Amino acid sequence: MSPNFRIAFRFLTAKKRAMVMSLTCIVLGVGLFVVTQATTTGFQALFIETIIGADGAVLIQDKIQAGHTSFETEHGSGVNIDTTQDNVKLQAGIEEPAPLLRALARNSAVLGASPVLKGSVDIASAARSDTGRVYGINIEEHLKVSNLGSKIVEGSVDDFRTRPAGAMIGRELADRLLIGLNDFIQVSQSGGPPQRFKVMAIFITGISALDRERIYLSLSDAASVLHRPTGVSYLQLQLADASRAPVESDRIVDEVRYNAQPWQEREKSWLSAFGALQVSSAITVLVFTLIAGVAMFNTLAMIVIEKTKDIAILRSMGYERSDVTRIFLWQAVIVLSIGAAVGCLFGAAATYGISKMPLGNGGISGIFSAKYYVVAWSAWHYVEAVSTAVVMVMIASIIPARRAARLEPGDIVRGTAQ
Amino acid sequence: MKAAAASPAPLGDVVLRCSGLHRYLGRDEGRVHVLKGVSFEARRGQVEAIVGPSGCGKSTLLYLLGLLDQPDAGEIAIDGQVMSNTDDAARTAARGRHIGFVFQFHFLMLEFSALENVMMPMRKLGRLPEPEMRERAHGLLASVGLGEKTHRLGTQLSGGEQQRVAVARALSNQPTIILADEPTGNLDARNSTMVFDLLPRLAKDNGQAVVLVTHNPEIASRCDATRPMRDGVFI
Ligand SMILES: Nc1ncnc2c1ncn2[C@@H]1O[C@H](COP(=O)(O)OP(=O)(O)OP(=O)(O)O)[C@@H](O)[C@H]1O
Ligand SMILES: [Mg+2]
Repeated sequence: MSPNFRIAFRFLTAKKRAMVMSLTCIVLGVGLFVVTQATTTGFQALFIETIIGADGAVLIQDKIQAGHTSFETEHGSGVNIDTTQDNVKLQAGIEEPAPLLRALARNSAVLGASPVLKGSVDIASAARSDTGRVYGINIEEHLKVSNLGSKIVEGSVDDFRTRPAGAMIGRELADRLLIGLNDFIQVSQSGGPPQRFKVMAIFITGISALDRERIYLSLSDAASVLHRPTGVSYLQLQLADASRAPVESDRIVDEVRYNAQPWQEREKSWLSAFGALQVSSAITVLVFTLIAGVAMFNTLAMIVIEKTKDIAILRSMGYERSDVTRIFLWQAVIVLSIGAAVGCLFGAAATYGISKMPLGNGGISGIFSAKYYVVAWSAWHYVEAVSTAVVMVMIASIIPARRAARLEPGDIVRGTAQ
Repeated sequence: MKAAAASPAPLGDVVLRCSGLHRYLGRDEGRVHVLKGVSFEARRGQVEAIVGPSGCGKSTLLYLLGLLDQPDAGEIAIDGQVMSNTDDAARTAARGRHIGFVFQFHFLMLEFSALENVMMPMRKLGRLPEPEMRERAHGLLASVGLGEKTHRLGTQLSGGEQQRVAVARALSNQPTIILADEPTGNLDARNSTMVFDLLPRLAKDNGQAVVLVTHNPEIASRCDATRPMRDGVFI
């Protein structure tokens, strides 16, 4: 044990109340930081998981009109197409998915690609009629790029797969049509002849916009209903690393000359809402860590004032200015270490407690569904909380510590130190 | 004068010399010319007493000699090296190595035991391993009559006991120079004799120079030399 540490420790333990005060502030600061991070990122992560699960990480749609002048650049083939530019023409849909799928199969970042044919339809049950959207899918492919399989609440994917003219329908839509499993629906496109499908599965994704309007059919059934014998509306892609969707999308655009949209762009408005939420909770947390810093500053400044005579004694014995600085910084380090450790434990316990807390009104649904508070467990939250506390406390401590070191022993013993 | 076996330099060598020291204290209107040209020498193996009325500048001089304060004019040399107006690091190092200081008023770090107080300078110097530091501290405390109270905290010692611990602490690094500001001020006759007997013995045995401030004429008379001071000058 270094002499400075020994002295620091004794100074601190002699001032228990002040120490407990600053300790409490650090514990609360670190703990609160962890909790707010865990909850805000928890909800955000669930949202992202939900939307990627439902609609994939990247959607490829709209052929980019080849041969357009804006594609040729001086650098040759490395074109980067900015689809927001006016002079780029897009042609809706994918007429020939097969070569595209072959190209994507060679891309190791792409885990799967499922062609989807989409269109608005009228739906009629025995009791009611409503509008909805048909999604024609190849179920095997689609299960690889979505979590639809795990969202089935009645019936099963197998029933859908094996029965011809089967449909999977969202819970809200089913409720509106007053139908249940194994009931029949009539699906038609704008005045076309209705076709009959049997409800083989009912799903709840948690996204109400989706549960309210979607009917999944087989690709060929959808082609028939929508009168589109060839081509699909888009390809739904799942990536090995969904966070890299924007980069991969750009690559895909370059390679296949189709417009590819990453989920981050698709859900921009929701994501920015979550961003704003995080900023506001960060402000709360910042205020708390500031308070912790001020408390630490106060405690140390107080100890410095009370210990000036001891500083003079130490200096008279050959302790250097840097020793005095260290003695006071050690005190901050001791309080900080204990505070950070206890704060992390407190944060973890509170996070756990919150994750067991039921949400009001039986849970949240709409943009995702959750019955309990959603939390994210990440070591980074703890690292961030502790680093913030370290920075704050060290800034707060360096001032009194330096002040203590600057005191002249002669001034102290004469009582004229200020 | 008997020769000290352990002495690194012959007794009688000047280890502390100051000349023409001036010191002003206070600011603006309150500025006071406290020391008005003090010159002085301390030799190995000698005990010097500085005496004089209250407020004549004894403590002020001792702080300067102990390198705790800087003179406005004049020079202080320790072991032949000029230390006045050198940088803080050099003066701090010289304090640790050469000087044992006993303050007039506050003596101890009160949250620490007597033993820890005595070990404090040794820990900084780091010349001895821990067990030897401990042993030496015990020995020093025993020699000031506190062998039984080594583990008492500063707060649990009387003023006189604290003062004796401070003397033991000043001796702990075997400094060349011991500066003591009324080391027997709070002591009864028996203890002040004990402390006072210790200082000349050490001075002779280890070749240390002792400078002490005292109001006690009996103690002053038993020193090797007495320096009467008045109004900031030796008379
Ligand atoms: N900060 C200050 N400003 C102005 N004058 C001061 C200051 N500190 C001390 N003095 C004056 O300096 C003079 C010397 O003080 P010093 O403490 O050296 O006296 P002393 O000889 O040690 O006295 P005592 O025997 O009472 O301890 C005193 O007259 C005191 O009033
Ligand atoms: Mg004095």
